[in-house]
Amino acid sequence: MNASSGTSETGKPDDESGVPSVTQTREPAATADAEPPPSRRGGLGGIGGSSVALGFLREAALLPVLVVILVVGAVISPVFLTTDNLVSGVGQQVSALGVTVVGESLILLIGGMDLSLEATYGLAPMVAAWLIVPKAAFGSGLMWNPYLGILVLFAIGAVVGLVNGMLIVKARLNGFIVTLGMTVLLAGLQNGVVQGQSPYQLPQAFGFLGTDYLGKVPVSLVVAAVVFIVAGLFLRYHRTGRAIYAIGGNPEAARAAGIRVDRIKIGVYVVGSMLAALGGLIEAGRVSSVTGDQGYQEGIIFTVFAAAVIGGVSLQGGKGTMLGAASGVVLLGLVQNIINLSNAPNYWQLAINGGVILFALALARIVGGESSAEKA
Amino acid sequence: MTASTTTAAVAARGIHKSYGSTRALRGVDLALAPGRCLGLVGRNGAGKSTMVSILSGLQRQDSGEVTFDGEPAPPAGAVHAWRSRIATVHQHSMIVPELTVAENVFLGRLPKRGGRVDWHAVRAQAAAVLGEWGSGVDAGGLCRDLSVEQRQIVELARAVASGTRVLLLDEPTAALEHDAVQRLFRRVRQLVDSGVAVLYISHHLEEVFDICDDVAVLRDGELVLSAPTIALSTDDLVNAMVHGTTTPAPVSAPIAKISIPEVRESSSTVVDLRDLTAASPLGDLNGVSMSVRPGESVGVVGLISSGVVTLGRITAGIQKADEGEVVVAGHALPPGDRASALKAGVGYIPEDRRAAGFVGGLSIAENMTMSVTDQLSAGKFGILGHRTVAEAAKPWAESLALVSSSLKQHVDDLSGGNQQKVTVARALARGPRLLVAITPTRGVDVASKELLLQALRQAAVAGAGVLLTTDELDDLAYCDRVLVMVRGRIVAEVPGGDLDRAALIAAIEGVAA
Repeated sequence: MNASSGTSETGKPDDESGVPSVTQTREPAATADAEPPPSRRGGLGGIGGSSVALGFLREAALLPVLVVILVVGAVISPVFLTTDNLVSGVGQQVSALGVTVVGESLILLIGGMDLSLEATYGLAPMVAAWLIVPKAAFGSGLMWNPYLGILVLFAIGAVVGLVNGMLIVKARLNGFIVTLGMTVLLAGLQNGVVQGQSPYQLPQAFGFLGTDYLGKVPVSLVVAAVVFIVAGLFLRYHRTGRAIYAIGGNPEAARAAGIRVDRIKIGVYVVGSMLAALGGLIEAGRVSSVTGDQGYQEGIIFTVFAAAVIGGVSLQGGKGTMLGAASGVVLLGLVQNIINLSNAPNYWQLAINGGVILFALALARIVGGESSAEKA
Repeated sequence: MTASTTTAAVAARGIHKSYGSTRALRGVDLALAPGRCLGLVGRNGAGKSTMVSILSGLQRQDSGEVTFDGEPAPPAGAVHAWRSRIATVHQHSMIVPELTVAENVFLGRLPKRGGRVDWHAVRAQAAAVLGEWGSGVDAGGLCRDLSVEQRQIVELARAVASGTRVLLLDEPTAALEHDAVQRLFRRVRQLVDSGVAVLYISHHLEEVFDICDDVAVLRDGELVLSAPTIALSTDDLVNAMVHGTTTPAPVSAPIAKISIPEVRESSSTVVDLRDLTAASPLGDLNGVSMSVRPGESVGVVGLISSGVVTLGRITAGIQKADEGEVVVAGHALPPGDRASALKAGVGYIPEDRRAAGFVGGLSIAENMTMSVTDQLSAGKFGILGHRTVAEAAKPWAESLALVSSSLKQHVDDLSGGNQQKVTVARALARGPRLLVAITPTRGVDVASKELLLQALRQAAVAGAGVLLTTDELDDLAYCDRVLVMVRGRIVAEVPGGDLDRAALIAAIEGVAA
């Protein structure tokens, strides 16, 4: 039996994983048992070698959807297809969300989940801003150095992630309820610290990530792009990145192979929360203040999960790529932008948004197959 | 098959099935007569599983037809229609642990009266069916409290209660101990005598001779032999399974020399287990002390529940001992820390390949090198080039005769034997000074079995110590020493080589020590 030979090993020059083809490792013909287990993996994606090419195909599957959205946007508003709107408008809007989606995607990849990223996204910049701005702008009056404030912001992210990680990994509590509880706790702190006020007058050093431009491109977009690229390369080429896929795919096997599963899981929760804090920093800069609503009250976690899942990151862990997650973010950003431009009645916008996301989830499931892309 | 199609309870004719370019079945004819037990054997990848899923309606053949009592099979997806024709007891338990025995017996078709479940009937009927078996399983108890054997009885009872006259048993003895197997055989025989047609799939040829009236052999998706069992010898069966024009490999094909780095051990033992005691659902340990010398292959054999699995897991750092320590090359390992054990030189082949042997969604190359990513990325800031990984995996794939379309193939897509080779490569890749293998040949076909045991042997020849814990006497073929474990204690030690199987079995069963 010649298992699936010739399905992929044609030596494609741009073979993107770079693994050299071993055409047939069929040595002294001791065993010839090459039948794939017939059950799982029906239809598409069944036959081994082609899974790499197929993975790419699945990721590209969102492209036509993006094209359709661009066309719809162009029809609805003449402003939509301008560089100004797409780069500055959409670009800046999705950056904060995008950075947070990277954090959530990493956590999903190890087979975890974190609902509290939205609250970290609000609390971390709130505390930092409170330490920085004067009393008159609803600060503490401590007037800390803004860079010190940013350090505190990341420290808060790290601590929240560490506590989540310890409770989930070491104390073996359920991730859903732990991070849900953490969400409420953090959101409460966010309002408690400033007594419901919204600190403003953010110094340039604190806000530039969300406001400044590099030429015509918002700094926030550059930061988000860098975060996506670094995370993507890390997952693909770093041994810890590969370990993340192994843990999400089969934690028992990863452990048996000597991977320090607990340590990496906790580390990912920490990094995920720090990215959410960074997302919050960008958002604070963009709106020039930190409101009590930022994060939890806005309910961004649904959008965060939706972007990751639409982009093919599996909620079961072990499957998904940063390229996919990025396309999910862009897709939702464009949809949001079109809704804003369409003059849809204010009170209905949320419903439209929710409906569109559900539709997009269903669509991603259809075009992406079982759980979309993962290229090993 | 000699039985004519008209009388057959189930008949399959000219069944073809392909997965992509793999032709799993190529025109298989099979007929199952009422009151007969037909054994279906073949090596991994021969097409057995595919045949099972087609006969049980889980998959549809590409061409050919399946008939029940001469009538065409129900359309694909008509679950209830299929289930009323044929009942399947799968290799892996299909019991819902949190439901009662009675509920499991009637799973999906609870008797109803006036729109409500008739609980009285459920319990009464379940008890009646179970009573026939004399199994002592309480119909009102929860399934999670049952032993593996009892759960299987529930599955059999489910099949019987559904009233089907065709029963498909897919490797039913895989998880059973010797006595339980005998009891299962009596039950199956009872069913066959009452006119049920049974299709029995197994890796163990002795079992086929024990229980089957007829036997059919699949090889490379074709039916190569079909005859009454009485007319055949074990050799006939093995020859049919292995030989042939398409696969000229003899059973004990020598594997290419595995280039395991030589282990230079200064101390006289690679591992000292000191007074290990542990309470474990996999079998308790009650003070086990033993050691393995460099280049020595030590087998620890016992019933699965005797603690052999626990011993292997503790040594590999998967599980903590309550007391005692594992000393590797003079240093006590931190308990239950697999990563540290690996660094200290302990390679590990886990007992359940699906659960812990590999990450199915990742490639062969990545799985094989998973234990050495730190070495492969050393001095490169942890960067793991895909080329580096592939090159590190390639020699293992070659020396273990792994069959795949490429090393990028997902391990999920491989057959069981090849998956096990991936697990073995992962364990050997680091050049372990101690290799712990737990029931390494379970669920593996004859030829792969031989190859895996030889791989372990070669690790020992290269200077590593091998600790092989198993319940399978055949696994001990290359051991230098064999220890017998009963209820968490080592009760006997015999030199390896020509083992007195009868004496060993007696010792394992606790009959003599």
